[in-house]
Amino acid sequence: MPVVEITQVVDARGLSCPMPIVKTAQACKGLPSGAALELVATDAGSIKDVAAWCRATGNELVEQTSDGAEYRFVIRRK
Amino acid sequence: MTTETLPSTDPLAEAIAAVEGWPEAVDPTVSPTPAPAPADDREAVAKDFLIIDYSGDLEKVWATMILASTSAAMGVKTRVFVTFWGLPVFVKDSKRITGENWMQKMMSAMQRPGISHRHLSKMNFFGMGPWMMRKLAKQYGVASPKELLEVAQAMGVEFLPCQMTMDMFGLKPEDMIEGMGEPVGAATVIGLLTENSVPLFI
Repeated sequence: MPVVEITQVVDARGLSCPMPIVKTAQACKGLPSGAALELVATDAGSIKDVAAWCRATGNELVEQTSDGAEYRFVIRRK
Repeated sequence: MTTETLPSTDPLAEAIAAVEGWPEAVDPTVSPTPAPAPADDREAVAKDFLIIDYSGDLEKVWATMILASTSAAMGVKTRVFVTFWGLPVFVKDSKRITGENWMQKMMSAMQRPGISHRHLSKMNFFGMGPWMMRKLAKQYGVASPKELLEVAQAMGVEFLPCQMTMDMFGLKPEDMIEGMGEPVGAATVIGLLTENSVPLFI
């Protein structure tokens, strides 16, 4: 798996819908184009929601992993 | 007679034509207006979103705030038209009584205005329901309507109060929370809907 340099980590653990998405969107605004952001969430709904958010905003979902309890997403800013 | 110029084998069509005349022949050289190109998903997302916030019930205000903040996070221009029971939600939490005459004051006394003083539409039980709901929300990491409102405002969601309801409830601009938009009327809402907004009535 290619290593992506993470510019910012968004910790949304313990937060429920829609806060993981809202926090990701806010963090993404401050990033330059091409920079990568890592989102860590515990909300199971974020599996579908992060993908939907990326489709709608045009940002790229580079990586998506889970250990069962936590969900990690790497998103590259458009 | 026109019936002679256009031969037809359909007796019904001829009977109608005898009364109304034959329709003008379509000019084959004029091409019909081309159908607009099918919009792709991205274009559909680029539409504006308009929530009509009619209700002041805790659970519906919650839904409004979740959807408004999420759509703003998804890069969609979002507006919330605040009317009727939705309007007292946007009165400052610190206001106890609003209105100019006794009826308006009585209405605000019967249910305290402000986003932190909402009742549930069912299982309210004199505040027991909302208290449990808030406790559960905290336990499960669900942001409160007030937190979501602040997030939505920070992300550029416009909250537009209904002028007619403002007048009828005796609400003044200084009663309302900071950052409310200019009061508007139904024509503004219809205007937005016929332009580019996807509506949702809550």
